[in-house]
Amino acid sequence: MSDITPDEVADLKGLNCPMPVLKTKKALDKIEGGKILQVDLTDAGSKSDLPAMIKRTGNELLEMTEADGVYTFFIKKKLA
Amino acid sequence: MSEEKPKRMAIIASKGTLDMAYPPLILASTAAAMDVETMIFYTFYGVDIVNKHKYANLKVAPIANPAMPSPVPMPNIVGMLPGMTALGTMMMKSMMGKINWPSVPELMEVCLEMDVKMVVCTPTLEMTDLTIDDMIEGVKIGGAADYLDFGLDANINLFI
Repeated sequence: MSDITPDEVADLKGLNCPMPVLKTKKALDKIEGGKILQVDLTDAGSKSDLPAMIKRTGNELLEMTEADGVYTFFIKKKLA
Repeated sequence: MSEEKPKRMAIIASKGTLDMAYPPLILASTAAAMDVETMIFYTFYGVDIVNKHKYANLKVAPIANPAMPSPVPMPNIVGMLPGMTALGTMMMKSMMGKINWPSVPELMEVCLEMDVKMVVCTPTLEMTDLTIDDMIEGVKIGGAADYLDFGLDANINLFI
């Protein structure tokens, strides 16, 4: 378990590429800069997909954890 | 970051089967999510992907497609039998449904929402007796120079 407290949580479990990336981006677009988004997903490809999108969009991946086949990402949205 | 020129991707979509509609739409929507300026240029059969009368019902062609998965092994020539295209399409859609994949119209909506430029080739429209009114909303008419103008400044150019 992480000790990061997210401001928003997106449950994307069961979705496959490209949906986790698309929905994570959408969720990031909705929150304010500096806020933290937690994303839970089960698509193994997202382990590399999501960090790529986060880096390219200038956001920050704080932490990724994996437990029982669920990957949890904590993403800090860049300041506008 | 803000000083940098945005990245760009240009895709030519030239095929109109269900399986060939996904790669351009998936790459374009994902690129847009990665803040990449993206254009899809639809030409020849690719125009079906933005044809509002057809895009929700694109088909898979089992004939001459030995990679098409089949519940029982059968010679590829069976794909020519009446009904096989419908059957193959149904199978492909059920496989996509099993993994929760979005439909072509759903992916298209995401692309348009994220400002992917959609350009349809004018000669293709004319030779197939179609007009811009037969296209889904958000599509613009263009030609080879339009694609090249965008593609010359693109980091990725793909022909699908």
